Amino acid sequence: MSGPGTTWYLALAAFLFGIGALGVLIRRNPLIVLLSLELMLNGGNLALIAFSRHFANGTGQIFGLAVMAVAASEVCVGLGLVVAINRKKLALDVDRLSELRG
Amino acid sequence: MTPVLASAGNVVVWMVWVVAGFSCLASGVAVISFRNPFFSALALIGNLASLAVMYLLLSAEFVAAAQVLVYAGAVVVMFLFVIAYVGPRQEEAWKDGPRLQTLGAVLAAGALLVEIIVAVSLAAGHDLGHDGTVGPVFGSPSYIGRLFLVDHLLAFEITSVVLLIAAIGGVILGSHSKRTESIES
Repeated sequence: MSGPGTTWYLALAAFLFGIGALGVLIRRNPLIVLLSLELMLNGGNLALIAFSRHFANGTGQIFGLAVMAVAASEVCVGLGLVVAINRKKLALDVDRLSELRG
Repeated sequence: MTPVLASAGNVVVWMVWVVAGFSCLASGVAVISFRNPFFSALALIGNLASLAVMYLLLSAEFVAAAQVLVYAGAVVVMFLFVIAYVGPRQEEAWKDGPRLQTLGAVLAAGALLVEIIVAVSLAAGHDLGHDGTVGPVFGSPSYIGRLFLVDHLLAFEITSVVLLIAAIGGVILGSHSKRTESIES
């Protein structure tokens, strides 16, 4: 493979995952927490596809596509929760949403 | 291919990789640092586009196309709809103990990053020197389709069931039912 080796892709994936984890931990708006989760999933996906290319085995790409479907499902449920929270006129703040009562 | 042409191609691939990697990290930082979720969602589009370039460099054409279609085409648009529905809300300033919580979060994320790097390099560091050679078919739609519908049919079906359940859950969470409103009032 010309260009950067698998290690470079893995380093980039690790940094992307770290940025996403930082966003999940420091942000309190649930919408931005969901966007940061997308960053983490994309970091994992990049590692999967880099390994798929490294071992010349397409199963990693299949796994990446499955991760994409799971990410879409997660966004669907998460945005449904945000809409439900907004309808109840609660604050969009994950630190203040501390009880499970409806 | 002559060596000169090959090295020129190598340089081009490196340049594309560096630009895509830089914009990937920069837009990732932008996603988590914008105060307005609308701009964060727009920054995520840049992140997804640069990741699609990465996937193309890794000869995963179908995954790159699916990434752009599914994420930039569907997920981010849904995000933008919900952000528009919720309305502009700025994050309130920290009231008490912000420094400690932020410091802990930064430390935890840094520790996670170090752990990932150490674990990956310990597990596979010596093994990443050589790359498998792949043919032009690798990553094409027909290749992915054959893998998905022949070798991984069960995963394919489970994916569809997961998506269906998530769609039903989203509808139930977002629906205006009379029952919950009567409980509220």
